[in-house]
Amino acid sequence: MKLETRGATMRFGGLTAVSDLNIGIEAGEIVGLIGPNGAGKTTAFNMITGVYAPTEGGIFLDGKAITGSKPHHITKAGIARTFQNIRLFPTMSVLENVLVGCAVRERPNWFASTLRLPGYRRRAKESRAFALELLEATGLASVADEPATSLPYGKQRRLEIARALATKPSVLLLDEPAAGMNPQESVELLEFIKRVRDRFDLTILLIEHHMQVVMGVCSRMYVLDYGVTIAAGTPDQIRKDPKVIEAYLGVE
Amino acid sequence: MKARNSILTAVAVAAAAGLLALADKNLGGFAMRILNLSAIYIVLALSLNLLNGFTGLFSLGYSGFMAVGAYVSALLTMSPEVKEMNFFLEPLAPWLQNFNLPFLVAIPIAGLCAAAVGLVIAAPVLRLRDDYLAIATLGFSEIIRVLITNAQRLTNGAQGLKNIPKNSTTWVVWGAAALAVLFMALITRSSYGRTMKAVRDDEIAAEAMGVNVFRVKVVSFTASSFMAGVGGALLGHMITTIDPKMFTFMLTFNVLLIVVLGGNGSITGSVLSAIAVTILMEAMRFLDGPLNLVFFKTDGLPGLRMVVFSLMLMIVVIFRQRGLMGDKELSWDRLAKAGLLPRGKKGGAA
Repeated sequence: MKLETRGATMRFGGLTAVSDLNIGIEAGEIVGLIGPNGAGKTTAFNMITGVYAPTEGGIFLDGKAITGSKPHHITKAGIARTFQNIRLFPTMSVLENVLVGCAVRERPNWFASTLRLPGYRRRAKESRAFALELLEATGLASVADEPATSLPYGKQRRLEIARALATKPSVLLLDEPAAGMNPQESVELLEFIKRVRDRFDLTILLIEHHMQVVMGVCSRMYVLDYGVTIAAGTPDQIRKDPKVIEAYLGVE
Repeated sequence: MKARNSILTAVAVAAAAGLLALADKNLGGFAMRILNLSAIYIVLALSLNLLNGFTGLFSLGYSGFMAVGAYVSALLTMSPEVKEMNFFLEPLAPWLQNFNLPFLVAIPIAGLCAAAVGLVIAAPVLRLRDDYLAIATLGFSEIIRVLITNAQRLTNGAQGLKNIPKNSTTWVVWGAAALAVLFMALITRSSYGRTMKAVRDDEIAAEAMGVNVFRVKVVSFTASSFMAGVGGALLGHMITTIDPKMFTFMLTFNVLLIVVLGGNGSITGSVLSAIAVTILMEAMRFLDGPLNLVFFKTDGLPGLRMVVFSLMLMIVVIFRQRGLMGDKELSWDRLAKAGLLPRGKKGGAA
């Protein structure tokens, strides 16, 4: 198992946002996490990435417990994410945004940075080359020096993915990558996600709202409703699952 | 382009040094003092800008660190006789009585002491954000001031210290200002500086990118405290008298005014604004005295100067919300674009 949650539960006071979440993802898989609004998908992401420490249960990366670690430790361990409501660094250029992602491997310290010591110079140069390579791979090389927030929506989403890739992750979590996109853009994005997975040797867990989007790209998926996992399986199984139909369409 | 910029920077630095030497020879004591004061304010403004403009930490506890620096370096450099003269109510703690260090050694020690205090305060305070952080730092700065007021045998309490050696010469203060500019230019353009800006822009995203947000904040807070300590020490050695009342919130406000006017996150903005504000503060002193503007007569309204300053601040905030320079720098490339290059202008980023 590349990434695994065992009985992960998150309570906020009396509200159980996610209960007993058991996800297991093999290396190289693309797995979907779906469910209606407020089902606890993003909370699940926040538990995995360390924004919240789960009230109960554990999170495991390559079999090692990362439960309750700080977000930056989890990023260093190899889990990177994007955000549902894009969170680029607004005062920075496209390239600089990606360079921030590189910092976790570059590990600059203030002293060597200020004095431009040789070790710092070499690593900074490597980071720059890697960042440019990522921009090339994500089709953003031509806008490298533009302000990040001046990009059109779809490219901002791709930039978020490029920035996440800059941390050299083995697992990538995508929070509603196709949100706000039209069907044409969504299809392109799915192709893009598959390419990224193959090229960077990734395992991907993605949250998606639209069933169609997710069905096309995921080999398996988990369905949450009110924090409870109501179904898990291949897209075909999910499509026919009465509970899922009920959660999405209501019962007659 | 790069070569041209380096040459221009070298020329500008040399020209500034030459002008300074000329001013030092020809200007009167008062004018020179104001010029030197603006150098100290450059150090102070840059240090607050590192915190406020580049790391997004809104601190109002700035003057406390200046006080630490000022007191440490004053106590380290005063001769035993002067100390005896100062401490007439209660004698100075014996271990400090005969402590006497050269000025240029005392200044970095003053900075390090302020940095140490900053480091201690950072741990609890930096768990807070925004206005909560501002209030907490303000509180700590008052605590420092109260401690200084009451540590009679260490600081001479409310009497303050007099006859501090007058060591803040033109070259010392402008040297410190140049070092501060250099430090800021280097750190903000490095990978580390980028992580600071990431924390400022979006803490949650920075954390998700693997930036150790708390650590970055602590480093920035400590470095800023160091510079504040150095600035405070230089100020003490210029005025030659310090007392706890000097380091109230008003002093923080003055530095904050410079940073906001110059532009949060702009090094050149802070430099230009420090010089402009310091000179204007003195040039507008006539406003506090009797005025006769035909339709408006006063016989001296102390504080009118600050009213005018507040108005200026309001105007800047209304029309240029991000300060005169925003978070941009005045660079050679920018000047060239504006067609101003042949004439050259002081203050280009290094």
